[in-house]
Amino acid sequence: MSSKISRRRFLAGSAAGAALVMHPGKKAFASGSFSGFPDGMGVLVDLTRCVGCRTCEAACNKEQKLPEPALPFDDYSVFDEIHHGNQKRRTTDKAYTIVNRYEPEGSDQPLYRKIQCNHCNEPACLTSCFVGAYTKTPEGAVIYDQHVCVGCRNCMIACPFHIPAYTYHSVLNPVIKKCIFCYDTRLKEGRPPACVESCPQQVMTFGKRKDLMKIARERIRKNPKKYIDHVYGEHEVGGTGWFYISSAPFAEAGFDEDLPKEPIINNVKDFLAMVPVVLVVWPALFTGFHLLATKGKSHGHGDDHSNDKQEGH
Amino acid sequence: MKKLATYGVKPHDSALKEDGSSWSLMEKLFLGLPLDQYIGQAIRNKFNWVLAVIFAIGFPVIIYRFIFSLGAVTHASYDYPWGLFLGFGLFCMVPLSASGFMLGTTVEIFGRHDFEPIERLALLNGLLGYFFAVVYLLVDLGQPWRLSYPMIYSWGPAAVLFLVGWHVATYLSVQVMEVSTAFFEWIGFQRGYEFIRKGTVGLTVSGIILSTLHQGALGALFVYAPGKVHPLWYSAPFQWLHYFISSIPAGLCMVICVSTIVIYTMKWRCDQRFIDNLDRITISLAKGAALGLITYLIMKIIAVAHDNEWAYIVTGWGVWWLFEIIVGVIVPMALLAYGAHNKLAGICRIGAFITVFGILLNRLNTALIVFNWKLYQEIPHKWEIIISITIFALYIATYRFILARLPILYKYKD
Repeated sequence: MSSKISRRRFLAGSAAGAALVMHPGKKAFASGSFSGFPDGMGVLVDLTRCVGCRTCEAACNKEQKLPEPALPFDDYSVFDEIHHGNQKRRTTDKAYTIVNRYEPEGSDQPLYRKIQCNHCNEPACLTSCFVGAYTKTPEGAVIYDQHVCVGCRNCMIACPFHIPAYTYHSVLNPVIKKCIFCYDTRLKEGRPPACVESCPQQVMTFGKRKDLMKIARERIRKNPKKYIDHVYGEHEVGGTGWFYISSAPFAEAGFDEDLPKEPIINNVKDFLAMVPVVLVVWPALFTGFHLLATKGKSHGHGDDHSNDKQEGH
Repeated sequence: MKKLATYGVKPHDSALKEDGSSWSLMEKLFLGLPLDQYIGQAIRNKFNWVLAVIFAIGFPVIIYRFIFSLGAVTHASYDYPWGLFLGFGLFCMVPLSASGFMLGTTVEIFGRHDFEPIERLALLNGLLGYFFAVVYLLVDLGQPWRLSYPMIYSWGPAAVLFLVGWHVATYLSVQVMEVSTAFFEWIGFQRGYEFIRKGTVGLTVSGIILSTLHQGALGALFVYAPGKVHPLWYSAPFQWLHYFISSIPAGLCMVICVSTIVIYTMKWRCDQRFIDNLDRITISLAKGAALGLITYLIMKIIAVAHDNEWAYIVTGWGVWWLFEIIVGVIVPMALLAYGAHNKLAGICRIGAFITVFGILLNRLNTALIVFNWKLYQEIPHKWEIIISITIFALYIATYRFILARLPILYKYKD
């Protein structure tokens, strides 16, 4: 009888333990098939329309109350800047959006590309954050809570688009800085972000992601000579809120075309799936090994040197 | 101390003095030497001078980092958010400290008491490695005072780093308990010693679980960056296995390396049991490490085959990968296997040092060198290098301080 009770107790304990450890894994699995909130907003960026006027950079700077840049926004020499030997400008803690110029092969027209957070459907930054600072809002923005940021910078490692920046030079309160889709000031009220509204060329179209995807496809279908047949961000890393159509191959405008079509978190699942297995199986396995290996032998420690000279294997 | 030992001076190694009275704490701290003798030997030791110079330069730089921000001592790079502090401090120190759970398992779980003379050294090596990995982390974190947030305040349970944080914290406390038996013996707290000894199997098993998971998790952290880590070093399904399996030879070889350094520089502190058994144990550990390395090598090759990345091997990065595999894995594996087969402890020791080099190379490669292989390579800031060296010197100093005192290399006489 007593053995029955202890067995039941053991099983209950194991189940509780398993439930506890399954939780993170399960959450990650459930989110695997997540393809964005149904009414999430997005932005379609048509690279063919951009003339590189940098109005969007200025609008972002004003809206987000960022410090004044070293060179004014109408100074186009920034397009010639090269950092670290071969790098064009990137987003920083003082500039959440950047426009760069590219010269595609076989074209006399330069191509401009605006970079900012792409607001992924299933963001790598969010899934890599160990304090859960990031949130993907139903409106489509990827926002973050600065008050819990520990400063591990794992989101910067995880972001496939090299977007999050860090206020390294702050002593007491260094945090992550990135585009938040103007969530606090605009998106929450259904208004487009400052950069979209400011654009004189209508490069960017704001709307529901699923509607914009139809518009993008329609533009490519109507003008197959002008556009290449690829919407960058439709499937890349599980789909992004901001996506792009272009006249030149995306690689020529600095896009990474080798990114997986699935959310980044899918790559980590093999490991996450192992976690509960190890937690549940290892104790039994190794306690069993211990009992087998020491059966009939002294369990003593330090006082048993009879087999000091034993040579095993 | 080496010199004093040749004159027949014996360091403190037992609960009671020869006349039967007990040692005071101060006397224990001074190794049972008179004060002038203790200070004299400390000043004569040239290595103390090297440490003093490193600390004199390094500590002000560490203070500078906390007054003037992380950006003042690093390149403040957005593309390389993890520099030397994590690339070396976390990703290298943790696998090299896998020795604690390896030897704990061998002795306590498999009952191989023939490894006992080195068990405590392995446990201490584990504890200090983890502790200083956390020190590196505290220097690197933007807001180290928020380190407890993932534990109590704000959870991100789906993140791999969440698992690493929890496991390193738990495992550190497990290791403190494992090593505390030596400390309790030394201060003469017999009941504490017995209390911990009762829970040894439980502590060791939890050590295995936690180690399996977080050694693997460190690899899984890089799985988040498929576009950034070079494909030859990246493998979504196998990365955690690579890190876990390579931590086994890493931990074992680190113990061989440390015991080698100890037997040459601190022989006065080793008792006859340690000295007599060391060659035999080194050869046995080398055997284990060679098996670990061959498993690791096969897993590395399977990963390349699985993703069909053979074409990368003929590129420049591929040559660098081959260098890592041949010099860091195959050569030490051959040396360890040859040494173990022919019972040549010296060859095993050389193999162990090369294995440690290979592990360092692999972790630094993944974290820094082949990271952002499509962008550019970055040489860490000079102050970042100085801080990293300083913390490592502090690690060595602490290691030496404890080895000289606690019954790690010698058996305490009651």
